Amino acid sequence: MTPNSVAIVGAAETTELGRIPHLSQIALHADAGLNALADAGLTIRDVDGIATAGHNAVEVAHYLGVAPSWVDGTSVGGCSFMVHVRHAVAALEAGLCRTVLITHGESGRSKLGRYGPSIAPALFDQQFEQPYGVTAPPNRFTLPVLRKMKDDGLTEEQLAMVAVVQREWAAFHPRASFRDPITVEDVLTSRMIAWPFRLLMCCLVTDGGGALVLTTAERAKDFPTRPVYVRGVGEGAETPVVSQMKDFGSSAAFRTSGRLAFESAGIAHSDVDHLMIYDAFAHLPVYGLEDLGFVGRGEGGAFIAEGHTRPGGSLPLNTNGGGLSYMHSGMYGMYALQEGVRQMRGTSPAQVAGARISLVHGVGGMFAASGTVVLTNEA
Amino acid sequence: MSDPRRFIPVPTPETAHFWEGARQGELRLQRCDACGEAYFPPRPFCPDCGSREVRVERASGRARLYSYVINHLPASGFEAPYAIAVVELEEGPRMMSNILDCPQTPEALVLDMPLQVTFERLSDEISLPQFRPAAGDAA
Repeated sequence: MTPNSVAIVGAAETTELGRIPHLSQIALHADAGLNALADAGLTIRDVDGIATAGHNAVEVAHYLGVAPSWVDGTSVGGCSFMVHVRHAVAALEAGLCRTVLITHGESGRSKLGRYGPSIAPALFDQQFEQPYGVTAPPNRFTLPVLRKMKDDGLTEEQLAMVAVVQREWAAFHPRASFRDPITVEDVLTSRMIAWPFRLLMCCLVTDGGGALVLTTAERAKDFPTRPVYVRGVGEGAETPVVSQMKDFGSSAAFRTSGRLAFESAGIAHSDVDHLMIYDAFAHLPVYGLEDLGFVGRGEGGAFIAEGHTRPGGSLPLNTNGGGLSYMHSGMYGMYALQEGVRQMRGTSPAQVAGARISLVHGVGGMFAASGTVVLTNEA
Repeated sequence: MSDPRRFIPVPTPETAHFWEGARQGELRLQRCDACGEAYFPPRPFCPDCGSREVRVERASGRARLYSYVINHLPASGFEAPYAIAVVELEEGPRMMSNILDCPQTPEALVLDMPLQVTFERLSDEISLPQFRPAAGDAA
């Protein structure tokens, strides 16, 4: 890709976040999509490219009234939207379409109009993990962490600090689900979910959505909002079963996606003013900081605990409060992108003064896949 | 005996040898004749080099406790809290397991402790490979 060839010209979340019992999942996609188009000063008539995950892309297009000539239904978990941005950049650069709408909607809490659980005991992953009583991300995604604690020195207190610091950021956001301050002791005495993980180290379960409108950079100046350029992109994938992750202390998908994003953006770590790392659980920012190369192996937990990522710190991280405090519908990646866009527009309630480059990093499945997007407000 | 609340895996043609071995009380791995790597889960080619020249072999059944969580969430057919673990086999590959015949506590479940395979019968066709502390190391 060419850095800054494509811009995000529309970005919005659903009108409401949290508990939305009056909208089904497809309607959340539409609410977010229409909000993002209004933000860009466009209508559905202007859209010729659709990308989405977690819901059938054709159904989303049809429901919105769009007849697209480019569709991307890549669905690799909660980082799919970062991957969609990468694919949209390629499509827009190649002239396959002119205006791409990426939508996310998920009735994670109210469970209205969403797909049911997939019980298929002959599937590869279900044959070799499901029989052992794994039931949900809290007892599956967390499985590598004890190994990392032993090998890399990560501690329970450091994991707790991830939640504490992110709650400090959430306090800035009127739309965050949880805004009251918490302490390490609060986290370490919260309900046990899957030792060593306690409730406050696990993400929320909420309803919501978000959408992005992308077009070529030369058109971007014609829109009402400040363009946010896509400076770099990456993606990667490793394994659908966490038990087969090669290195329990480091994600191969993270490393690949992060390296590609930095290389395509042509930036150094010191150029990054603002960072988002998808945090379904408290260990993910630790893995992310290390695997993206912001700190060395085994240094991520201490880096957060020492305050470098908190308000006023040198590397503001997850400034919306993250999946632990802002919201988490199930496929959180879209909300990380939304905060990255807000920071580049200068409109975040937790605005990082003078921020010019934001890096947004996502995870899909249980360390299964990854997507990374580098945003900038400088053409 | 079989618990109707447990999740019972269904073998596919490519994994049938593994489950047939487990039914007979044998833990089976595959090994590549081209590059020599042992691998799991089963498939008809080597995931390290892509060769289809692979064979089935009996694993020693010895492993070490590689990582785990102690799950407190309700799960059909399980009594929480219980450990969901990953074990590393002596031959190299890792697999998921519960840890049987051992208190489900951080104090008893020590990383790298030696383990031995055992088999949990779920149905007439399916016995699930499981691990427990190796003899002499039982808690």
